Amino acid sequence: MDEGALTSEQQRYYAASQRQLIWWRLRKHRLAMASFWFLVILYSLIPFVEFLSPYALRSRHPDYVYFPPQRVYFFHQGEFTGPFVYGHTMTINLESLQREYQEDRSRRYRVRFLVRGEPYWMWGAFRSDLHLFGVEEGGSLFLLGTDRLGRDMLSRIIHGARISLTVGLFGITVSFVLALVLGGLSGYHGGMLDIVIQRLIEVIRSFPELPLWMALSAALPPRLDPLLVYVGITVILGAIEWTGLARSVRGKLLAVREEDFVTGAVLAGGSPAYVIRKHLLPAFTSHLIVSATLSIPRMILGETALSFLGLGLRPPITSWGVLLSEAQNINAVALYPWLLFPVVMVVSTILAFNFFGDGLRDAADPYA
Amino acid sequence: MLRYVVYRLLLMVPTLLLVSLVTFVIIQLPPGSYLDTLVSELRASGETTDLQKIEFLRKQYGLDQPLWVQYWRWVSGLLRGDLGYSFEYDRPVSAIIGEHLALTVVISVAAILFTWIVALPIGVYSATHKYSWADHGLTFLAFLGLATPDFLLALVLMFVSFIWFGLSVGGLFSPEMQTAPWSWAKVLDLLRHLWVPVLVIGASGTASMIRRLRANLLDELKKPYVVTARAKGLPPIRLLFKYPLRIAFNPFISDIGNLLPHVISGSVIVSIVLSLPTTGPMLLRALRTQDMYLAGSFLMLLATLTVVGVLVSDLALAALDPRIRQGGGRNR
Repeated sequence: MDEGALTSEQQRYYAASQRQLIWWRLRKHRLAMASFWFLVILYSLIPFVEFLSPYALRSRHPDYVYFPPQRVYFFHQGEFTGPFVYGHTMTINLESLQREYQEDRSRRYRVRFLVRGEPYWMWGAFRSDLHLFGVEEGGSLFLLGTDRLGRDMLSRIIHGARISLTVGLFGITVSFVLALVLGGLSGYHGGMLDIVIQRLIEVIRSFPELPLWMALSAALPPRLDPLLVYVGITVILGAIEWTGLARSVRGKLLAVREEDFVTGAVLAGGSPAYVIRKHLLPAFTSHLIVSATLSIPRMILGETALSFLGLGLRPPITSWGVLLSEAQNINAVALYPWLLFPVVMVVSTILAFNFFGDGLRDAADPYA
Repeated sequence: MLRYVVYRLLLMVPTLLLVSLVTFVIIQLPPGSYLDTLVSELRASGETTDLQKIEFLRKQYGLDQPLWVQYWRWVSGLLRGDLGYSFEYDRPVSAIIGEHLALTVVISVAAILFTWIVALPIGVYSATHKYSWADHGLTFLAFLGLATPDFLLALVLMFVSFIWFGLSVGGLFSPEMQTAPWSWAKVLDLLRHLWVPVLVIGASGTASMIRRLRANLLDELKKPYVVTARAKGLPPIRLLFKYPLRIAFNPFISDIGNLLPHVISGSVIVSIVLSLPTTGPMLLRALRTQDMYLAGSFLMLLATLTVVGVLVSDLALAALDPRIRQGGGRNR
């Protein structure tokens, strides 16, 4: 082959921007891509939780307390009829004092899509009662069972996703800003400021994370509005998590600062803000994004742990951690294992973030 | 070496001082003094306010004096081993906490030992059998271990052991051993119960340790001296143990600094789930009742534990690696 000439494939490669290169490499990483789409789908569902969940967050069903996950049938007497559920009768076992539910095959209720159900406010703007799926009047549809007040677990998990997933995003915003400002100052200016900030980081890091989170969230006034508690918790999560990120910002800044193109920019009269924004930041944005991706799951976990302990979010704001706090004692877990379903969601979300972050790290590394 | 030890010890003093300042700020965070909350809570719950108790607290913490006096009282109290007063037990906390703190240390140390023992063979195997099926499988397990929060693992384990074995895995002692004085039998009983929390707390640390050891060893195995040694006919096992492994081993010690806060965090929440008699449940109770002085003392204690642990690991690393002694700690 002629030496100087490039194939169109090669031309495209050499002309590609940094972002495109990362995207191409990331696309080859199957697990990371699968995780990426999983997360995209999960997050894009957040605005529509009321529509997606068959029941409202707080609607109670006194006749269906601790109702086990319900089966959906497709065949009636050997004939395909579309999805339907049977009715149930409840008896109390006088020996164990447990509720027992028996299927009542004489009553059948169709499961329908796009049904009218419980009314709700969509985005606080307009009223609607349309649900993605639901059951005919008189029947019940608890695909993941119900809790001690007869509230549908599936609906509560879907609603909880809104809180649990956004906690990580808001938390990372807080910690990102803190890390950029403090880490940037520390790395760019050096000197006394650097020493003070580094000491601060070291002190924060010498606390075990969870007890510190617990103490800070317990310090929130007990009669605070639940929405403000949510804000407070995200700020607390972010305010502790920033240290690691700030350290890497500082390290990278120190390394890049010595490069010739930076000295050139400074000599040409660039102001510090200009040099940082235009020449230093682009050099490690990808690294920052990777770190952020990997610390979101830690915040989601932190919130889950705090709420699980009863120190985090409180009802009516419901996250997966709040749901799990119902499963705190061994009796509840042993008798009503479906209360553990939120665990599946927490773990799969965190796995997805970790796989995606890992793939992104490989893709963003120019030497890989 | 002595210079390094002294240097590290001196460095610990300002750190602990700052840690205590941060803790004191946290204590002061809730609006109103703790006494106001206590009085209003006691009134709300219909109890007649115990004036003696209030007076005792006021004197104990110097609540009517300026902040810096309060801080001094609290810190100097801590130095004398005074951790506050528990009304629940009607005794000074330091009298109750001894055993709880000892168990926290036992569990943390056991979790770190577990991490080493499990991570070493798996990490070495993964690195020497790179991209084999076993490596992929172990890598996946490690990721799962990283992603599963420890308290959820504790919950699931509790559920599984209840379903399969029909027994509860909570606690650290059998009921009949609970109040027995310390003896050989009690230690054995403790060991029988210890594996559950140790497994749960150690899981995520083990996972990250495996990843790190594998990466380090892979880097080391690529180096020319390994190729040379292999070319000269050194038996593979001997080669592995003699050189690359010793270098890849460093993070086992240096990582305690990262591992320890994690392990102590884990032990707090796992203890609450499995109701273990460590400091975790006591901390939670103090926080729930917003007894911030008590909670602050616990927080301070846990942080001190972490700082001392990191110090020990740094000293061990310095003993192990001459390069670090030379630097006088400057590169950390």
